[in-house]
Amino acid sequence: MGSSVIEFTDLTKKYGSFTAVDSLNLSISEGEIFGLLGPNGAGKSTTILMMLGLTEPNSGSVRVCGIDSTTNPVDVKKKAGYLPEDVGFYDDYTGFENLMYSARLNGIPEREAREKVNYILDRVGLSEQSTKKAGKYSRGMRQRLGLADVLIKSPEVIILDEPTLGIDPKGVNEFLDLIVRLSREEKNTVLLSSHHLHQVQKICDRVGLFVRGKLIAVGDIKSLSRQLFEHEPYIIEAGVSPILKGVSANQTFDDFTENISAQIRSIQGVVSLQRENDLFRITASEDITGDIAEVIVTSGLQLKYLLKKEYGLDDIYNRYFEENETDT
Amino acid sequence: MDWMIFITVILRKMKLIHNISRRLRQLKESNFARGVKSFINSGKDTDYTRAPGPFTVMIKKEISDHIRSKRFIILFVIIILACLGSVLSGLQGFSDAIKAAGRDEESFFFLRLFTASDETLPSFFVFISFLGPLLGIAMGFDAINMEENKGTLSRIMSHPIHRDNIIIAKFLAAIAVLSVMFFLLGFIVMGIGIIAIGIPPTPQEFLRIISFIILSILYVSFWLSLSIFFSVRFRQPATSALSGIAVWLFLTVFYSIIVSVIAKAAAPSEMASTQQVMKYQQFIVSLFRVLPSELYSDATTTLLVPTVRSLGPLTAEKIYGTIPGSSLSLGQSILIVWPQITGLIAATIICFVMSYLRFMKREIRSR
Repeated sequence: MGSSVIEFTDLTKKYGSFTAVDSLNLSISEGEIFGLLGPNGAGKSTTILMMLGLTEPNSGSVRVCGIDSTTNPVDVKKKAGYLPEDVGFYDDYTGFENLMYSARLNGIPEREAREKVNYILDRVGLSEQSTKKAGKYSRGMRQRLGLADVLIKSPEVIILDEPTLGIDPKGVNEFLDLIVRLSREEKNTVLLSSHHLHQVQKICDRVGLFVRGKLIAVGDIKSLSRQLFEHEPYIIEAGVSPILKGVSANQTFDDFTENISAQIRSIQGVVSLQRENDLFRITASEDITGDIAEVIVTSGLQLKYLLKKEYGLDDIYNRYFEENETDT
Repeated sequence: MDWMIFITVILRKMKLIHNISRRLRQLKESNFARGVKSFINSGKDTDYTRAPGPFTVMIKKEISDHIRSKRFIILFVIIILACLGSVLSGLQGFSDAIKAAGRDEESFFFLRLFTASDETLPSFFVFISFLGPLLGIAMGFDAINMEENKGTLSRIMSHPIHRDNIIIAKFLAAIAVLSVMFFLLGFIVMGIGIIAIGIPPTPQEFLRIISFIILSILYVSFWLSLSIFFSVRFRQPATSALSGIAVWLFLTVFYSIIVSVIAKAAAPSEMASTQQVMKYQQFIVSLFRVLPSELYSDATTTLLVPTVRSLGPLTAEKIYGTIPGSSLSLGQSILIVWPQITGLIAATIICFVMSYLRFMKREIRSR
């Protein structure tokens, strides 16, 4: 990767006594797709607003393409495109007119603007709807128009705030593919904020985990999960039928399953086991799915399903969250 | 001899026209003119080479939005109808007035078009002072918060523009639309007047009407900037519209009631000295002068009725040496209402500065 394009230095933003962003230090290099992950209210949007000079930090600085965002927001906005969360358009203008207005605001001469708008509308797949009023656009279309609005100024950096919020799963996939394709073609740096882990997992080169204003981990997803789940890389779920069969009547279901739990615990490699009625949740250091199945089946319970999960961002996220919770 | 005078006059006129056209040609070549021309042409589709600055683009968009908005069209039609109605009804008893006054430079009956009424409808300028605030409030109450609620503000702000461009463009575009509308209205009334009474206005009358129009624009600008302030202050357009209307109602209806209560309470006894009565009068008048509508109507009456020479109580010293019934020159009339004009400008600027500061400091979040 090339030199760093976005540089946060000790960035802090306070709202009264509440610290939204707490001395953030991060550098994002050229051509990277970076995911800013965190729950709602973690300070992701505030960080993005500070990058564009839409709100002022209490201390520290952000530099985008070497330009300070607080003192020189207009120059930053020439280089960086921003798609706000739940982007809005002028409802009584068509998609084309909305983009033309943006093109004019960016100082693109009229004829060039027309060509460019048509080209970009085609790229985001809206050329057929370009004469439709933006008020009639669906959520997904509006989001794509928003992306077009970002691309109109040929940005070096693309900043997307919760870009997939409220789009249906198929639309999300299409939209993310579009972002990846376009940014790879133009070699753009992309910063993406989301609380949707799977989507970030899919497209980002690196992610930063953001909880309560603090960046608690940075890295690609593999290294993050390796760090966290060194001792228990496997997670296995087993569901059983609650109807007992061939068991003496004086034994209750709970007693019986407790007995099985003990048996499972004794398998080598099991780290922890939780049971909720007819569902077992086991973490293990080795792949012991087969052993578990055997124990359950031989005990006389019906095995309904068996699932071996790998750790995804969900779990990374939960784990960090838990740790953070216990800290405070 | 007559024809010789005629020819010299024509020759002189031709020389004048020649001079003017030469001047115009010189102006055309100057830099300033080129700037103005490129500004005017910048929006045309034919100019493909140069792009106008973002501020020009925004002003153009705001103006076209205003003109196309149904809200503006409705108000425009209402105001045109009301004003035409008042002018036409004012014209009813007009011919008698002219006959009584006779054709005299000093009678200024053309100005009466704007102040005359036949008891059934209020006069033109009363209509403006009543409907103008509504127009100003309607054009500004959702200027900022609507963009905010629709999520367009944060998107527009992500383009390379300065933040103050947005609010200044909103303000100037609305004023531009208002100005065109008021000049249109004024000229329509003048046209009707010329057709109906058959006498063109004298230059002084014309200038007085123009200053009246400018004053009206100023008055509506005050309400506009107040409502833009509310649109920055309140997140909901309905709240800001209601606050604007509340202020308007308070100032037009309740304020005068309160003042009259105070006036009754503070009234000097019958035995009070002239000085006390004077002070009391001045106190009441200055209470009323807090009202922008009072400032406006004071200023308009002075401008449209040239015989008005003082807006406060008149003392014997003040009228000493005046010729009864004589009128003031335009400059003198403006001098009398200068405090009123300054007051209106100051109120407009204060409201605008408040909204400007508030808008510049605020954080722009997506909806």
